[in-house]
Amino acid sequence: MSAKLSLTNVSKAFGSNQVLNDISIDIGTGEVISFIGASGSGKTTLLRCVNLLEPIDSGSIYLDDLEITKIGRDPNPIRRRIGIVFQSFNLFPHMTVERNITLALTKVLGIEKDTAVHQAKTLLDRFGLGDKAKTYPDQLSGGQQQRVAITRALALNPEVLLLDEITSALDPELVGEVLDVVRELKGSGITLLFATHEMGFAREISDRVCFLSAGTIAEQGPPQQIFSHPADERTQRFLQRVIGSGRLSD
Amino acid sequence: MPRWHRVKQSFFNGERLVDSFPRLADAFVLDIKIFLWTTPAIVITALLIAVARNTRNPALFPLRLFVIGYTDVMRGVPVILWIYLIGFGVPGVGLERPWNSPLLWGSVALGLTYSAYVAEVFRAGIESVHESQRAAARSLGLSSGQTMRYVVLPQALRRVVPPLMNDLVSLQKDVALVSLIGPIEILRQAGIDKAKFANFTPYIGAAILFLVITIPLTRTTDWLLARERQRTTATRIR
Repeated sequence: MSAKLSLTNVSKAFGSNQVLNDISIDIGTGEVISFIGASGSGKTTLLRCVNLLEPIDSGSIYLDDLEITKIGRDPNPIRRRIGIVFQSFNLFPHMTVERNITLALTKVLGIEKDTAVHQAKTLLDRFGLGDKAKTYPDQLSGGQQQRVAITRALALNPEVLLLDEITSALDPELVGEVLDVVRELKGSGITLLFATHEMGFAREISDRVCFLSAGTIAEQGPPQQIFSHPADERTQRFLQRVIGSGRLSD
Repeated sequence: MPRWHRVKQSFFNGERLVDSFPRLADAFVLDIKIFLWTTPAIVITALLIAVARNTRNPALFPLRLFVIGYTDVMRGVPVILWIYLIGFGVPGVGLERPWNSPLLWGSVALGLTYSAYVAEVFRAGIESVHESQRAAARSLGLSSGQTMRYVVLPQALRRVVPPLMNDLVSLQKDVALVSLIGPIEILRQAGIDKAKFANFTPYIGAAILFLVITIPLTRTTDWLLARERQRTTATRIR
């Protein structure tokens, strides 16, 4: 089986801090895979490396059969195929919701403005944001902003979507609406990689869960196995701490 | 204040003001012209300098070095000195008319120095846009140029409007310095009238004319900014 996304021996350091340490993993088309682990374990950096926002020090990352981390390769065509949603939304505050979505459609894909606006409308309707097209990000709630950010990433029709702790900056009562959007994406054929602290959600939606510790994949497997019978001692300790803090029910 | 009537006589003389005002207003047209043609040149040059300074392309490192040196040198020397050096110096190499005009080279000197100041204002604005905005733009496949043009600059420019206006008001006044190398603009005209009638009132007239331009300019900008803020943000904290 050929993987949609494949990391081989990926390492990345910030100064003397080894954030990713020789990570190798294959992710299949349409797979939903979550990365859990303590803060600083490398989840965010892993996703940012896949989107080429951070250059890796060694190893390689493949999208289908294309080595996307090859030196000198233009990152822009690759980024169109790999979307990312950030913890802090990162919407463009000087543009309306609609323009946030159509910017890349018109400037990157070269789609006519009218067509782009129509596409944006369709997507916004799909996620219950149809009436927000003409508003500015600062006028929306956090949950709405994050849904717009997901819509913006999806507008480019990416094959892979990276979700970087997308609910961490939200009030608890707003988390649900954002996770609903992700639930809807599962099974649509898109490959989802997400870094999260929402253990209940990771357990519910993931095909596979990866526990990262100190820049390595300490343990991976189906959610049932990781959450109910973790084999690795580090995973066990982490989950105990998380359950103790009430982030994972049952 | 025993000498107040003397001050009043020589600085606030109504008759002198009425007499000088039309000549001052005529001369002020030149100030406005200089302001109007230097401003766009300054804004464009400054923007290019600021963008060049912010470039992250290693191949453009020499360009960065050049613009850093440029801003350092232009800002480090008084404006008046540049006006003398360029305004007298360049025509001095023997250019033909109209290329030997002190008015032209005085304006160029003003433009070159102010570009350096305004470039720093733009640079501060560009650097104030959070890195995550660039990350978001790049992640959507926008090139670094597109990111600068559609995402970074629009936000940066909005933020620097107040300091930019500060510099432009300052420029509007410094236009008068060009008078020192010849052209008869308002300050020079006021000096002529002062000498002619041994009365300082024309200077007050000149001051009034400057205020007539600069105050509405600042108020309008404030209003535009407030409107923009209202449009893009939620309820403001009182």
